[in-house]
Amino acid sequence: MGVMEHRLHWKRSLFRYGWSLARAVILIGVCYIVIFPVLSKLASSFMSRSDLWDTTVAWIPRHPTLRNYELAWNYMNYPTAFWNSVKLAVLVSALQLASSTLVGYGIARFHFKGAKVLFTLAIITLVVPPELFIIPLYLNFRYFDFLGLLPVQLNFINTVWPAVITAATCTGPRNGLFIYIMRQYFKGMPRDLEEAAYVDGAGAFRTFSKIMLPAAVPAMVTVFLFAFVWQWNDYYMTQMFYSSATTLPMMLDKLPNSVLGMRWEASLPETSLLNNTGSLLLIAPLVILYVFLQRFFVESVQRTGITGQ
Amino acid sequence: MKMRKPKRRLFSLTLRQQNTLAGYLFSLPFILGFLFVFLYPTILSAVFSFNELVITKTGYELKYVGLENYRHVFRVHPTFIRDLTETTINMLSQAFWILVFSFFAAIILNQNFRGRLIARAVLFLPIVMASGIILKIEARDYMTGILEYGMESVSAFLVTPALSVYLSKFQLPDALITNILAAIESLPNIIRSSGIQILVLLAGLQAIPRSLYEASEVEGATGWENFWLITLPMVSPLILTNIVYTIVDYFTSTSNLIVSNIRAAAFGTLGYGIGSAMSWVYFGVIGGILVITFVIFSRLVFYHE
Repeated sequence: MGVMEHRLHWKRSLFRYGWSLARAVILIGVCYIVIFPVLSKLASSFMSRSDLWDTTVAWIPRHPTLRNYELAWNYMNYPTAFWNSVKLAVLVSALQLASSTLVGYGIARFHFKGAKVLFTLAIITLVVPPELFIIPLYLNFRYFDFLGLLPVQLNFINTVWPAVITAATCTGPRNGLFIYIMRQYFKGMPRDLEEAAYVDGAGAFRTFSKIMLPAAVPAMVTVFLFAFVWQWNDYYMTQMFYSSATTLPMMLDKLPNSVLGMRWEASLPETSLLNNTGSLLLIAPLVILYVFLQRFFVESVQRTGITGQ
Repeated sequence: MKMRKPKRRLFSLTLRQQNTLAGYLFSLPFILGFLFVFLYPTILSAVFSFNELVITKTGYELKYVGLENYRHVFRVHPTFIRDLTETTINMLSQAFWILVFSFFAAIILNQNFRGRLIARAVLFLPIVMASGIILKIEARDYMTGILEYGMESVSAFLVTPALSVYLSKFQLPDALITNILAAIESLPNIIRSSGIQILVLLAGLQAIPRSLYEASEVEGATGWENFWLITLPMVSPLILTNIVYTIVDYFTSTSNLIVSNIRAAAFGTLGYGIGSAMSWVYFGVIGGILVITFVIFSRLVFYHE
C-alpha cells in the first residue's frame, strides 16, 4: 500500500511540475508576442536614420538619438494636443457613463414591457457597422435642423456637438456595450435595497441616486475606463465629425506629413520612425494610467457581472 | 416623475404604471438616441442606397435609381464580392481560434501561480493599446511590416513545414491542416485581439460557485469530469457572448477590407448611394452570420438559474 501511494504521489507531483513548466513557457511566449510591438517601437524610436540602413542593427541602435522624440513632441504640439485629448476624452466618457448608467438602471430595475425590447435594441446598435449610418449622420450634423423644427440649419461639423450628442444619447461607438455592462450589474443587485428605500417613501430617482448609485461604483469605473481609453485612441469618429480637432490621434496621423512635407510617402523608413515615436507618446499616458489602475481595472470588471450571471 | 406623494398619485397611476413611466424616463437618453441618432440615419441610408445623391448648396438632392446601386455592387464593382467572401472566411477562421485561445488563456490565468498579476496585466494590455489610431498606423507602417515579417517567416520556415509533416501523419483533411497552419502564422494577431474575450471568460470562471466543485469532489469526480460537467456548462453563456463580440469586433474594425471599400466608395468617386448599398449588403452578411450562430449555439448554452 505504502509503495502504491508513494508512486501515485510521485506521479502527481511530476505532472504538476510538468504543467507548471509548460504553463510558464506558454505564458512567456504569449506575453512576448503582446509586448513585441511595444518593444520594437521603443527600440526604433531611439534609432537615427543611419541605423535604419545598418543591417547589423536589429534592436539596439548604434547611434542612439532623441531626435525622433524631439520632432514628434514639437510637431505634434504635444502639451496642447495632450490637454485637448484629456478634455475631449473626459467630456465624452463622463457623458457616456452618465447616460449608460441611467439607461442600464432603467432597463434592469423597472419591470415594463419595453425593457427587453430596449435591451435588444442596444445590442443591435452594437452589431450594426457604423458605415451603415455614418454618412446620413454626417449630413444630419452638417445640416442640423432637428428634423425641420429649427428655423435655421446649423452646421455642427467641426464642433464638439456631434461627440456630445452621441455620447449623451448612448449612441457613440460601442455604447451598447456600456449599457450592457451597467444593466448586468444592476440586475445582479439585491432587490431588498430598493424596496427598503421605497417603503421609506423615497421616489424612484432618489432611490437611484442615494442607494443604487453608490453601490454601482465598480461597474461605473469599468465603463468610464473603457470609454476613456477608446475615446483617447479614437481617430475614426473625430476625423469624421471634428477633423479640425487637435487631439493626439489627429496630430499623430498628420505627423509624418507635417515633419517631412510632401515627400513623406516616399520616405517610408523615416515615416516609420516618426510613427513609432508618436505612437509611444500617444499611449504613454494610458500605459502609466494602466500600470496604476490595472489591478482595479481587472478586479472591477470581475465584479461588474459583465458575465451575465 | 414625482413619487414624493404616493397617496395622491395612487389614484391616478397604478404602481405598475408608475414603474413603467419611471423605466421609460430612465431609458429616455437611449430612446432619443436610438430614434434620432441611430434609426433615422439608418433609414436614410436605406433610402440613399436606392438613390443617387447630389450635394447642392442648401443640402442634398436625391435622384431615384432603383436597384442600380445594388447592381453596381454585385455586377460592376471589380473586387467587392471577392473581398466580402475573403473577409467572411478570414473572420470565421480567426473567430474560431480567438475563442479557443481566449478560453485556454482564461483557464490558465484563473489558476494560482507566481506572476499571475503580471501575466494578466500584459494580456489585457492590447485592450488599452490596440484600438483606434494605433491600428491604423500599424496597418501601413514600414518597420512593423518588416518585423512582423521576420516573426512570421520564422514560423513559416521553421515551424510550419515540420508541423505540416507531423499533421499529415494523422490523415486529417487538407482543409483543416491549412487552417491550423494559417492560424499559427497569424498567432500574434489572434493573441492581440483576444483581450476582451479573455476578460469576459475570466470573470465568468471566477463567478462559478466554489460549492459546485466541493460537491463534486465529495462525489469523487476527477478534474477532467469537473471541466466538462461544471466549468464548460457554467461559462457557456459567455462563450456565446464572446462569439458575438468577436464577430462584431472583426466586422466593424476599421482595418477591415470591406470597411475601407465602403469608405472609398462613399467619399470617393462612386458616391454615397453605392457606399450605402455596400453597407447594406455587408450588414446583411453580418446579420445572417449572427443569426445562424445564435440559432446553433443557443441550443448548446446552459443557463444556471
